[in-house]
Amino acid sequence: MAIEVRIPTILRTYTGGEKAVSAEGATLASLIDDLEANHPGIRDRLVESGEGDGVDLRRFVNVYINDEDVRFIGGLEAELSDGDQVVVLPAVAGGC
Amino acid sequence: MLRIERATRDAIVAHAKRDHPDEACGIVAGPAGSDRAERLVEMVNAAGSPTFYEFDSLDLLALYREMDDRDEEPVVVYHSHTATEAYPSRTDIGLASEPNAHYVLVSTREHGNNEGPVEFRSYRIVDGVVTEEPVEVVEHLPTNTAADAAAADETVESES
Repeated sequence: MAIEVRIPTILRTYTGGEKAVSAEGATLASLIDDLEANHPGIRDRLVESGEGDGVDLRRFVNVYINDEDVRFIGGLEAELSDGDQVVVLPAVAGGC
Repeated sequence: MLRIERATRDAIVAHAKRDHPDEACGIVAGPAGSDRAERLVEMVNAAGSPTFYEFDSLDLLALYREMDDRDEEPVVVYHSHTATEAYPSRTDIGLASEPNAHYVLVSTREHGNNEGPVEFRSYRIVDGVVTEEPVEVVEHLPTNTAADAAAADETVESES
């Protein structure tokens, strides 16, 4: 089950400069584990420790599955199917 | 150095004044790798706040898809500070995620929504390190010589 993952400029140091990589997983969480296996270090840029023992998507990282923000479709538990496209984009944000 | 057309600079300043006291934000896109700030895209500050800005997540996706389709990248990422100087805050530095972009800061603290000069400054923010750079305001960006040369070559070929 191959899923295309679009990688933003700032994370391409983990993918050897590739703008898109292929990964596998039935959920976003397992997809990120698979990414980590092939591109060590990338996981920590996407998730952080959450409540209890869990992990959450980092607040200022946006992940989309087929153009939907995963925050609205289950977050890390969002389900994936063969041929889905995942896009990772850092938030453009700041403040004084 | 950031080179920017006067009209683009003025439009960014106008956006900042219009949205004051909330922070205004947007980008100037240009062909990937060209460092040419060509196409201003004003964005909505989804935070709607005088102390924070954030592009709406779906607007962000649409923007990046559009730039991808046009083979563009964000050459400038701009936002305003409405009560403090035009210098990147700790938050700005921590969240800066476009190492190739010029980060433009505009401060509307002096004149708010009214006429009057504003601070307009540009920075590189890479790995948490801020480097201010000069801003050169020009009437028109220099002609894109590489594209012109290619076009000229094509003309020659078609005539031969």
